[in-house]
Amino acid sequence: MSIALLAGPAADRGMEALAEHQRRLGPLPPAGTLIDAVERSNLRGKGGAGFPVATKWRAVASQRAGTPVVVANGGEGEPLSRKDRMLMEQRPHLVIDGALLAADAVGADDVVLYVGADHTGAIQAMHRATTERPVSERARLRLISAPVRYVSGEETAAVHFINAGIALPTSIPPRPYERGVDGRPTLVQNVETLAHVALIARFGDDWFRSLGHGTASGTTLVTVGGAVPQTVLIEIPQGVPLADAIDAAGGLTSDSAAVLLGGYFGGWVESTAAWALPLDVESLRRLGSSLGCGVIAVLPSGRCGVVETARILAYLAHESARQCGPCTFGLRAIAAAAGRVSGLASTPGDLERIQRWAGLLAGRGACRHPDGAAGLLASALGVFTAEFLLHDSDHRCSIATAAAAAS
Amino acid sequence: MQHRHRCGRGIVSDRVMLGIDRIKCDGHGVCADLVPELIELDDWGYPVIRAGEIPQSVLPHARRAVAGCPALALRLQAIATRR
Repeated sequence: MSIALLAGPAADRGMEALAEHQRRLGPLPPAGTLIDAVERSNLRGKGGAGFPVATKWRAVASQRAGTPVVVANGGEGEPLSRKDRMLMEQRPHLVIDGALLAADAVGADDVVLYVGADHTGAIQAMHRATTERPVSERARLRLISAPVRYVSGEETAAVHFINAGIALPTSIPPRPYERGVDGRPTLVQNVETLAHVALIARFGDDWFRSLGHGTASGTTLVTVGGAVPQTVLIEIPQGVPLADAIDAAGGLTSDSAAVLLGGYFGGWVESTAAWALPLDVESLRRLGSSLGCGVIAVLPSGRCGVVETARILAYLAHESARQCGPCTFGLRAIAAAAGRVSGLASTPGDLERIQRWAGLLAGRGACRHPDGAAGLLASALGVFTAEFLLHDSDHRCSIATAAAAAS
Repeated sequence: MQHRHRCGRGIVSDRVMLGIDRIKCDGHGVCADLVPELIELDDWGYPVIRAGEIPQSVLPHARRAVAGCPALALRLQAIATRR
């Protein structure tokens, strides 16, 4: 399904050069009343939070102090996600178009292209793309490679790194839209979001809305991994059932008990409920779920949800910026206890403590890192309740037991 | 005594809540001693703050907690009300 962002040359042809990009899509249109079109398009941020894009732009544009700055956020620290780096590798000019359009729409001169340092293909493509742009545009663009760290894509961390070389979140207020890069109002926007803007500016919000399924609007990039033939990037109309994304990824390679939707900041959904889930921001929110940054990870049979959850929590605890106590100590304690439960070595009270602590993390950090971990854990406790109990009280894992019986 | 608090954009409110800078907070725990009605400590000694408006009766204690925070992490912030 290559509909909008991924229309054009096939992925194996690599980066689309400027000449081909312009032949296919025409020149960069003027920004004009783009904010209104973006608002009517109902475009939401693709970095994970799903915030309405036009609202964010207006907040930046309405600031009085200083000329705004745009940061195209290609940090992509989520380990299960590939979409941002692959988009930058294949369609860097869509991202740059969108960033320049956003800059014009909010009154910014400068654009920072903030790309994860380990996404080497993306950095090369973005660099080459900037050299292809006319001098007047190139002068506005600055490519910065971001540290390889989970939190470095968080928007205050991105601003902090650009300003001071420290890719750690800062306390809010001020939020970047008030005071960001060089103290100026700053729009930090995910690269996929900006690529959608490049198309909305050319083809209009009616066109964008018509791409969606049912009442949903536009398309979205998703990374599908786990119990599918291989981890793939696909573009889907927003609102299609999750099963369609699995089919587009080549179908299931095994039975599956659950799907991790939204990546490490997302949540587990029982597969019986997951297949029919409509993949769009608003529908999922009503169902208490979230597509986050577009990760769909299908738990393969033979893998234990408790073990996977404990592994993710250990990763998130390790990736904490260690600036805020509840995240530094609370998340570490949760990860340690979950590790004991997962490893069939829990001590009395571990599971109860995990349950209590899970409710103590949200809203207690400068950034949303602890909130993300708490959400993931809460979903795991709901979806894998029986397995957690089995691990904790019987020191048994049903997956490991089944595997042992089969061999 | 009625205090009024600014909360940006010229909006004035006499309803306040506790705010905290989580990066500055070092878990000294002074606040929980001074205003236990509003603040408990978690298992690691960091404050868990009761959400919402501070009742007038507790406000003097909350002010003392804000003033006494060794990390300067605690603040009173206005709850925005349109008027």
